[in-house]
Order: sequence, then C-alpha cells, then structure tokens
Amino acid sequence: MPLIQVKDLRVGYNVYEGLLKVLDGINFFVERKEKVGIIGESACGKTTAMKAIMRILAKNSVLMGGKILYDGNDILRMNDTQFTEIRRKKFSMIFQDPSAALNPVFTIRQQFYDIIRYSSNQRMTKDMIHERAVELLKQAALPEPERILDSYPFQLSGGMKQRVNIAMALVSANELLIADEPGTALDVTIEDQILRLLKKIVEERRISIILISHALGTIKHFVDRIYVMYAGTIVESGPTEKVFKNPKHPYTQLLIDSVPKLTGEGVPEGIPGIVPSYLNPPHGCRFVTRCPYAMQVCKEKVPPSYEVEQLHYASCFLYDNGENGKDE
Amino acid sequence: MPLVFSMTTEKMERMSEPILIVENVKKYFNTARGIIKAVDGVSFFVNQGEVFGVVGESGSGKTTLGNMVVGIYTPTSGKIIYKGQDIAKHAKERPKWLKKDIQIVFQNPASSLNPRRTIRQTLEVPLKVHMPSSNIAERVDKLLEMVDLPPEFAERYPDELGGGEKQLVAIARALATEPSFVVLDEPTSALDVSVQGKIIKILMNLKKRLNLSYMFITHNLSLMSNVADRVAIMYLGKVRELAETRDFFLNPMHPYTRMLLSSIPVITDEEEKLKPKRIESMGEIAGALNIPPGCSFHPRCPFVMDVCRSVDPPLNELAPAHFCSCHLYTTSNNAYDKYKK
Repeated sequence: MPLIQVKDLRVGYNVYEGLLKVLDGINFFVERKEKVGIIGESACGKTTAMKAIMRILAKNSVLMGGKILYDGNDILRMNDTQFTEIRRKKFSMIFQDPSAALNPVFTIRQQFYDIIRYSSNQRMTKDMIHERAVELLKQAALPEPERILDSYPFQLSGGMKQRVNIAMALVSANELLIADEPGTALDVTIEDQILRLLKKIVEERRISIILISHALGTIKHFVDRIYVMYAGTIVESGPTEKVFKNPKHPYTQLLIDSVPKLTGEGVPEGIPGIVPSYLNPPHGCRFVTRCPYAMQVCKEKVPPSYEVEQLHYASCFLYDNGENGKDE
Repeated sequence: MPLVFSMTTEKMERMSEPILIVENVKKYFNTARGIIKAVDGVSFFVNQGEVFGVVGESGSGKTTLGNMVVGIYTPTSGKIIYKGQDIAKHAKERPKWLKKDIQIVFQNPASSLNPRRTIRQTLEVPLKVHMPSSNIAERVDKLLEMVDLPPEFAERYPDELGGGEKQLVAIARALATEPSFVVLDEPTSALDVSVQGKIIKILMNLKKRLNLSYMFITHNLSLMSNVADRVAIMYLGKVRELAETRDFFLNPMHPYTRMLLSSIPVITDEEEKLKPKRIESMGEIAGALNIPPGCSFHPRCPFVMDVCRSVDPPLNELAPAHFCSCHLYTTSNNAYDKYKK
C-alpha cells in the first residue's frame, strides 16, 4: 500500500469574484522511500495539493471532494487529535522562502526548542532538547550549531536559513518530507548544495519526499517519478527518465521545449496563450485553449488517464485508441 | 585598472565605436554597519547593436551596475562613456536626450507598473515628456503593436493582464522614447518558462528592427547562452571573467564560472556534455560588508593558493577577447591543468 494516496482531490477557493475551481480531481500516490516530483508553472495548484496533505489550506479554501489516504485512513476526515499525531511524528514540510518560514523576533534556539517539545510525547529535559537540536543541525550540514542556535534569522544567510528549516522539518519528518521549491529563492550554487543535502538525508533516513518545483532540471536530477500539473490537473505521470525522454502530453512536450538550453540553439518559442482562469475553466481538458492538437472531444470531455507505456500515463485524447482509459 | 580597453583597443577600432564604455566604475554605499562595495572597479564596453550579458548571483552587483548606466545611482568613481560623452551622473543631472536614449526594463512587471493607471496612461507618460509633439494616441497603439499586444489592452489595468503581458507593457514603455540602449534587468526571471520564450523573441526582434543595444542582466546562464553576444560574470562587485558567449560556455576559465556552470541542473544529454567537469559548490557568497581579502572568491575556490588570500588577481586577457581574473593562469602552478576537462 502506498504511503500516501490522493484520490480525486478537488479544492477551490472562495474569492470576491466567486469560486476558484483549482484542483480538479487529481490522483497521485507516493510509495514508501520514494522520491516523487511535482512539476508545474505558477498557480497550477501544486502547493494547494501539498497544503491539503498537511491540512494547512487557507481559510477561504473549499474542499469539494476527494480523499487523501495515509495507511488506508483519510487524512481529510481525521479529527484534530489524530492528525496532530501525524504532524508531530510523520510528515513535515519545507517552504520556498526560508526567511518567511522563520519567525524574525525569536532566536533559532527558541523556535527549534518549541518544535522539538511539540513533537515529543514524553517530557524532555532541556539537555535532551538541546542535544536533539544540535544533532539535527549537524545533519543539515551546519557547522557551529551553537552559534546558529543563538542567532536570529536575519543574522543567517539564505542558504543557512534553508538548512535550519530542513533541520526543523527533520524533527517530525519520519515518514514524509514535502519540499515546496526549496531552492528557488536561492542562488544556483546554493540550490545545488541544498538539493544534494536533501537527497542525502531522505536516502539515509529512508523516508519519502515530494519535491515541488517549476524547474525541470532540478526535478530531473532528484526524483524517481514525476507528476506534471497544469491548471489544477495532473496531465502526465511516470518514471522521471521515461517522461523526460518520451514526453507524451502536449503540455509536457511544449514545457520541456520551452526551457532555454545551455547549448544555445536560440531561445525556444514557449507556449502560446495564457493559463485559463480558475473562475471559469474549460469544461473538457484544461489545456485545450493552448493545445496545438486540440480536437472537438477535448472541449467536451475531461480526458481520462491513458497508460502510454509501462507505468507512464498521460491524460490526453490523442492516446485514445477506442478503449477507455483507466485511472491509475 | 581599465585593462579591458588597453588590450582590446585594436579590436575595438576594427569594429564600430562602442556605444557604451564603462571604465573602472565603483559604487560604494555607506551604511550604519560600514561601507558596502557593491561595484568595485568594473570595466567593459558594449558595441553598437550588441547584447552584452551580465551574470552573477544575488549580491554580485549586477543590478547596481545596470542602475548606474541608467542613472538611478551615481557612481562613486569611474567613467561611463556613452556615445562619446561621460555620463557618470545621476539621471537628474543628465540632459533630456540622454534620458530618452537609455531606458530600463525591470524584473518584476507587477511592481514596475502603476496599478492605478491603465496601460494607455502608463505608456503616455514617457511620450508626453519626451515627444509631446507626436500624436500620442496613435503612438500608444503603435507601441502595443510593436510588442505584439492587441490594441484593446490599452484601456485595461495591469491587474487584468498576465505576467508575460505585463512585462510586454513594461518593454513598450521603455521603447516609447525611441531609445538606442536598453538595460534589461532580469526581464524574464519573474515569469513562467512557457511565456519567457515569447518575451525574449520579441526583445530580439525589436533589437534588430530598431537597431538597439542591450545590457542583459540575468542569473540564468542557460538563458544567457541563448541571447548574449558577450558575457561578463560578476562576483562580489568585480568582473571575474568576460568572453564571447560561445567561448564563455565552451571554455570557461575561472573556477567560479566552472562551479556555476557545473551546478546548473540541465535537461538534455547534449547540455550535460557541455558542462565543465563537476566542481561541487562549497560555501556561500560572502557578505558585501566583509569581502574576503585578496581574491574575493578564494574561500569557496577548490584551487585556492596562498597568493589568492592576499593579492587580488587582475583581469587578464588569457585568450583573444577572453578575460579572466585568476592566479591559476598567471602563476607557474599547474594545479589547474589537472582539473581541465
């Protein structure tokens, strides 16, 4: 049984103009010890999906349906006490902006001790807490843990702050770590260091990770399996190697083509048109407005997921050969 | 030291006169905690019709440099020669023709466009100041057409536009005064990769059509290799390597350039082959308040030698039109050869 299984998740947001229908029935799963990547451009719903798993969706969000199964139990229907156990012991999340994730008016020590205390069932002595914090900071490759503990966030560089966030996340991430664009706010050399660190940590601890990113290169070098999201839907999924070598969904193909290459063959065209509004998304496939292969059926029906090669799925009518596609 | 000039004078003469020459420019900021040397002795030139790329990580001084060219900052010292005149002063002290001639496009169009003005109102401002006698309404339509936006966008507010469309408006605004030099400060960094291509394509077409010269600032090396004619890489306020784009990516010399290039997560196998031998990045860029002595990159450099800790290497021309400031190439030490690709 997968560690996490998301089934037909639908999440919207209430705004002044009406209901933003963001997640439109997405399905994905994460196996134990698996590194899964979710790729998509801004506002495609990737962070919303993660927030649903962590149950930290904004107040104006509307859960319109679906399940998130953890060990067969639906996270979305657990009571607070049950979920608190998960948040304390099983899952944790790192965010994009390391500065915003730390409280500027407390030292790292105060914040770190709070987290350790929160996630422990038994009473811990100050020494035990301290020992744990130092151990985790060292795991996050931070030299001089004592100095870090006494610092305020502003006294640390961006890369160091992100390492502190990783160390803090490790307090509870005993089964799953969600990393939401962990290197995007950092310089490329620092991002490289942070990703190498994350990879080492999840492999050593034998935990699962969901890495969210808009950078295809980052995802390609990190994860075992990827999901490609577009406008609140998962359009393609499969083993990383297969998806990059043989992308099937027109969006994935165009997205990969859009990235300027280091080899410098000129800047690619990109994808024409813009992402549809979530207030009034297209009825059928949400990519229909920008797709060069759009057919009549794409406007009318939501494409099911077709297995295009082994373990490689694409939600696109181009792969409909008479028989109906199946859900994964 | 304006090395770049002494050594390339001959070459420069053969080509047309550079439109912009930056000579040993410095910009220091006095802060409560000390002096920040944001740009510390930078020299380069930009030829007419060229795309001159400036890359660097955050805090390297690339934006400060661009801002000095446009006149947002006054250099602490040094010369900026534009079309034969020294323009190293604040925009307020620059003659009107100069302000009209050098324009800038900022990184984030969401904050560089006034949310309370329609696109027409935004585009009218530079027109009213610099070309009051022209038919302004007509010019606005023309500008939108130039950046491939439909005419009805003129009556919309920035909020009603997508990120890429907003950036196109910012480009149209920069072009309103018919400049000949445009500083592009990370023009696509705030945008999704699927719209980036369109913006770059429009920028490159306009450059050809209007005979513009660009100073293109970005931290994205993959993008840079596709747009620039020559590239300079900055680290803590100094240019560490400068070369023609092809040369820069095929034969990077400075350890920092190689570290940066080898850290890029790329997608295709061809790109992987192009990358220099992996130099795992270590450490972080130092704070601008306490720049390391000698070569400012030495604490992160895998090839560091004693001399690097005390003497800052000059920017030398190591191959034709390829400049690099690193002791590895000037001392007899052959440590570096071992690491060559």
